[in-house]
Amino acid sequence: MTEHAEHSKSPLTTYFAVWGALLFGTFLTYEAAKLDLGVFNAAVALIIATTKALLVALFFMHLRHASEKLLKLVVISTLFFLLILLALSMADYGTRAWS
Amino acid sequence: MAIENPQPERVNYLNKEYGIGSWLLTTDHKRIALLYLISITFFFFIGGFFALLIRLELLTPAGDLVQADTYNKLFTMHGQVMVFFFLIPSIPAVLGNFLVPMMVGAKDLAFPRINLLSWYIYVIGGTMMLHCMATGGVDTGWTFYTPFSTAFSNTKVIEAGLAIFVAGFSSILTGLNFIVTIHRMRAPGMTWSRLPLFIWAHYATSIIQILGTPVIAITLVLVVAERALHLGIFDPKLGGDPLLFQHLFWFYSHPAVYIMILPSMGVVTEIIACFSRKRIFGYSFVALSSIAIAVFGFLVWAHHMFVAGISVYAALVFSILSYAVAVPSAVKVFNWTATLYKGSIHYDAPMLYAFGFLGLFTIGGLTGLFLAALGVNVHVHDTYFVIAHFHYIMVGGAVMGYLGGMHFWWPKISGKLYPEGWARLAALIVFIGFNLTFFPQFILGYVGMPRRYYQYPPEFQVLNVLSTAGATILGVGYLLPMIYFLWSMRYGKPAPDNPWNAAGLEWKTASPPPTFNFDEEPVVTWEAYNYDELDAPRREEVPVAG
Amino acid sequence: MSWTRLAERRFLLPDSQTAVVHNEAHGGAHNPALLHHFATEEQQRDSANLGMWIFLGTEVMFFGGLFCAYLIYRLKYFGDFGAASKSIDALLGGTNTAVLICSSLTVVLTIWAAQTSRRALMIAMLILTMLFGLVFLGIKGVEYRDKFVEHHVPGASFSFEHVPIPGHPDQYANPQHAQIFFALYFIMTGLHALHMIVGLGIFTWLLWMAWKGRFTPEYHTPLEIGGLYWHFVDIIWIYLFPLLYLIDRHP
Repeated sequence: MTEHAEHSKSPLTTYFAVWGALLFGTFLTYEAAKLDLGVFNAAVALIIATTKALLVALFFMHLRHASEKLLKLVVISTLFFLLILLALSMADYGTRAWS
Repeated sequence: MAIENPQPERVNYLNKEYGIGSWLLTTDHKRIALLYLISITFFFFIGGFFALLIRLELLTPAGDLVQADTYNKLFTMHGQVMVFFFLIPSIPAVLGNFLVPMMVGAKDLAFPRINLLSWYIYVIGGTMMLHCMATGGVDTGWTFYTPFSTAFSNTKVIEAGLAIFVAGFSSILTGLNFIVTIHRMRAPGMTWSRLPLFIWAHYATSIIQILGTPVIAITLVLVVAERALHLGIFDPKLGGDPLLFQHLFWFYSHPAVYIMILPSMGVVTEIIACFSRKRIFGYSFVALSSIAIAVFGFLVWAHHMFVAGISVYAALVFSILSYAVAVPSAVKVFNWTATLYKGSIHYDAPMLYAFGFLGLFTIGGLTGLFLAALGVNVHVHDTYFVIAHFHYIMVGGAVMGYLGGMHFWWPKISGKLYPEGWARLAALIVFIGFNLTFFPQFILGYVGMPRRYYQYPPEFQVLNVLSTAGATILGVGYLLPMIYFLWSMRYGKPAPDNPWNAAGLEWKTASPPPTFNFDEEPVVTWEAYNYDELDAPRREEVPVAG
Repeated sequence: MSWTRLAERRFLLPDSQTAVVHNEAHGGAHNPALLHHFATEEQQRDSANLGMWIFLGTEVMFFGGLFCAYLIYRLKYFGDFGAASKSIDALLGGTNTAVLICSSLTVVLTIWAAQTSRRALMIAMLILTMLFGLVFLGIKGVEYRDKFVEHHVPGASFSFEHVPIPGHPDQYANPQHAQIFFALYFIMTGLHALHMIVGLGIFTWLLWMAWKGRFTPEYHTPLEIGGLYWHFVDIIWIYLFPLLYLIDRHP
């Protein structure tokens, strides 16, 4: 998008910073898996993964500087419905043992 | 309504170019709509043929027309063809493709080449389906339940699954095109609150197509993989869960029914406003209810699985949510009724279909609520009650809306007027035939006749015979419009730009329209459904007292 | 209707100015890439962008079904999945993750180069992106071959006998449940690899267009659109790696 030319800071700094963060996050995920955190292993892994995904989406895919909110709405809506699929399916599987 | 003098023949999208190449390589959304019209009509008759065989078999209690395995194939293929190759595309691909750009004031959809691609994808999927049916067919029910479909059926499950997988992409691309068009291609002055509610309905439909279809796509991939490679994802003998298939299948297939009904609701809104000569009552409510149906429709899928073995607590949640999803539909029915109230009602054929829709959709919708109640569901699940319920909505609702829309916009599409007398007769025949076919099925289901059975106890025969008789009448009702639409293309009276004096940008251009829709880009300065302004000149003729 | 007005203000789009701009744009010469049914290049670019984001939404739901199946079975057969997961090479998976992250960097550098008229850099970054993609597929191939050799490919020759469940050395994993893991592993990574291959095809086409000089600072929409697709494929892998490879790696 041409609006990058208007930023006083070169986007290159941002790109390399995000790249570094992504690689660090990968290393972190790999090492954290070796620790015994019980049920939190999965949570930690997913939190790191989500952070990485957000970095890619916001900075590499330019979602952060999107000219209007529509694109963010598309992303949020999609994730919402994916969450519905996962959560309501789990509502069945998670409660089968109750009866 | 008085019809103005028809225009002399001008260059329009039909006569601009001739030759099969100009049609098969067109990027004109109007021509693509007609390509779809031909294709889906073809599949409608294929699905109808299977329905005819089903109803013939069910004339007698014994299974004497076809064998049990054949009967399984008949109802399976009737369902698959009608759902995936007729209903899902029908209004969006025909009326939506034709009208969405015109209604927003654009020259074409956002991605015309992708539009053409979507038709070719549909044709490829349809050809695969035809081949599958011709070489043995499928007998799993349109629902492909596992592990029968993955491990035990001896029919062409893989081919049918792949055919539907392919056709699904046609649906996705259509929805994508509509959303981008509605966001990006509106003419100057065409704000969201001036959009015809037909557009809102198609926007909501497109959301469902985008988000839901990929899930059934991946589900079919899994079914094909499991069947081909003997995996164990859905097979209980190998540690899999058949209910997982059902969750994934219905996650799409429930919202799919809203893909089938929402466009029809959009059509009915346009028709009711025009033939009551009134603004729609509660525009924002109708617009938002379309979006609400799309959103809520994704939350209710397991109501198809109440007796399949899901946890009772999940069943409770899905039952409550299923009641919630009925509310926006009811809002629409109230708004349509309020629009009719004190309107100047005209009983042209489109309006007859709209009235039919109102009554039949309401019955279908209410019986959906019966089914959403857990206790009732246990009793009538997998009986003819369910069949009657969904045919009331899909045929009494969606198909009526489709026919009403075809009549309403036929002058715009073809530049010709259809014969009104025959059209009203056909509408009446369809209504009578429909009710005679499907109302007995509510009773049959309630007294216990299961679905997908080709033989039944003799005490059910009277109702079954009534149903088959109705189906025959319904078939006649469907054939009539085909005949007189074709007739009108050659012998019909030329249509003026706006034979109904209807509101909407599509009526402000010629019938049939030029290739780029408008001679000049429209600039919108009026609100939607401005029937008071459209009818104002006539009102001034009537002397006002005082 | 006040809240619809509010929604309009929030989602106001530039196309309301198209009537004025259209005539001017058509009076003069415009970029030959501007398609006729669009009024301005901005409208065309915004439409392409929105279209690709929506398409990526469909892809999220497409993979989402697989994630749903995976989630359910992982919770149901956690121990067996842990055993199966331990048998795939996390170092190779991690390396692949790094490879894709680097390829996403080269993609944004490609677009930056296009925006700043650096043609040589743009082409170099495109080629580098594709090389990273090939490396990814190569490593995937090595992994798949390993699984084939170990008889972990679902089907007639599948075998997963006497593999202890992580954390429970006295219990063996159920081979049937492990087979489900591997079925999902192959389908999910295979589908991902397929998207990677399609991505390479797209980038071949982008490379050709870049070579032909079709991109300028004002017009490089295909690069942006292709880039979005590539980043999405990266994001899917960012989730696949920990979910498939790192279920239970405690020593």
